[in-house]
Amino acid sequence: MTISTLQIVLIFIFSCICGAGSVLDEFQTHRPLIACTIVGLILGDPTKGIILGGTLELIALGWMNIGAAQSPDSALASVISTILVVVGNQSIQEGIAIALPVAAAGQVLTVFARTITVAFQHAADKAAEDANFNKIIALHFSALFVQALRVAIPSTLVAAYVSPTMVQNMLDAIPDVVTGGLTVAGGMIVVVGYAMVLNMMYVKYLMPFFFLGFILGGYLDFSLLAFGGIGLILAIVYVQLNPNFAKPQAAAATSAGTVADDELDDELDD
Amino acid sequence: MSEKNEVIKNTKITKKDMLQTFFFENFQQASFNYERIHALAFCVDMIPTIKRVYHKKEDQVAALKRHLTFFNVTPAVCGPVVGVTMAMEEAKSDGEDIDEGTINSLKIGLMGPLCGVGDPLIWGTLRPITAAIGASLALNGSVAGPILFFVAFNAVRLALKWYGLKYGFQKGLDIVHDLSGNLLPKLTEGATVLGLFVMGVLVTKWTSINVPLVVSSTTANGKTVVTTVQDILDQLCPGLLALGLTFLMMHFLKKKVNPIVLIFALFAVGIVGYGLGILA
Repeated sequence: MTISTLQIVLIFIFSCICGAGSVLDEFQTHRPLIACTIVGLILGDPTKGIILGGTLELIALGWMNIGAAQSPDSALASVISTILVVVGNQSIQEGIAIALPVAAAGQVLTVFARTITVAFQHAADKAAEDANFNKIIALHFSALFVQALRVAIPSTLVAAYVSPTMVQNMLDAIPDVVTGGLTVAGGMIVVVGYAMVLNMMYVKYLMPFFFLGFILGGYLDFSLLAFGGIGLILAIVYVQLNPNFAKPQAAAATSAGTVADDELDDELDD
Repeated sequence: MSEKNEVIKNTKITKKDMLQTFFFENFQQASFNYERIHALAFCVDMIPTIKRVYHKKEDQVAALKRHLTFFNVTPAVCGPVVGVTMAMEEAKSDGEDIDEGTINSLKIGLMGPLCGVGDPLIWGTLRPITAAIGASLALNGSVAGPILFFVAFNAVRLALKWYGLKYGFQKGLDIVHDLSGNLLPKLTEGATVLGLFVMGVLVTKWTSINVPLVVSSTTANGKTVVTTVQDILDQLCPGLLALGLTFLMMHFLKKKVNPIVLIFALFAVGIVGYGLGILA
């Protein structure tokens, strides 16, 4: 397929939202599940976008911004891979192979953008001297625009210049053993995301719950939603039964009781 | 305590100020920078309050500068800090004896415990679980996947922001006492149990590793029974290779290896394994 001008404009607008969303990390428009779906919708193949989004979302499950560290760029990866897959009429596996190098490149761009914004911070210091409220607010939001362009410029360039034959030629140049290997790897690389989440959540004495999930997941054919429900129940029961959480209240009750007793004793003594 | 409640009852902060602050709170990382992280965002969060309670220019300048210092907390749980700081700024403007140091140290003091609950709750539990459930629907091409993820995640996030802000503002300084109670550890532990359980399910259910190497091939009664390495592993327990690989990745990540490097290393393993016929 070829992309119309309207579609290029829509991709520019959405990739701005996506780029801003990826630094904000609030509404999650930068996550593959949302970004691929919307780009797919713009290009007229929402189903392919949704499936690619779901696939990439699982890979990116652990990609998160914590503290000053930032993750691979899911925004740029989602938008560009969806464009190439839909326009070039490629398979989902091909999409993964495209998305990951783009995510790595995007990470570099992110570091660059977050360094540029130091200048906005200093400009705000100056504006504060004059109690210039509107200027501070304007600076805050202009910094967001840097992040929007970080994703919008590369994405729009790809959308404007890509052609189906180009994508086909590019992918044909890759030998068969590599594409087959990438498909195999696609099933494995999700563990990197899992490992990132697990490292953050790791509490040794709670690991039995991880293994419980692992064993149940291996033998039971439930949906993930059902497993989520079981996990929630386990969490609630665990907190309710945990003596560590019951203690302070009990202790408070006893100490209150003792005080009352003492007072009673005092009165009796009198 | 009763004295504080009176201050809140007579607050000068209007509903509009609260809503405006809530709006700004949704842009907590807009000016994310390596020098002071969310400093500028926090200052913007405070602008409706500063405008409302301070009228002299030098007071406004001092308040703005006070809130242009380093700040960093999981965006979804910034509400309580912003709320309590609003309450303190208002009390200060009313002539209460609160110095800059108190406000700053309270902000810094709340950052730790709130990140401690925010990171595992939001990035470790809420997002991976809503995203994984959404993705599991999306893999079949269902638009319910992305919609479910978007709605569920944002409903919880916006509720945390709004009620967190109100809670922080109403409680004022009492919040420090509240937070040192049971609520935060309960939330953190509960979220960790849920998060770990679902990650366990994901490791075995959503990872596909297949080792088709043939161990034995026996022919009995004209039927050929082929046993591969994968069959033997699956008989022990499904998903063992995925589990081992996950722990290996956790080990490398702890050694500060960049996740992208690990992803490309697994690509290489996939290509070599496929080429040699060990993986399929």
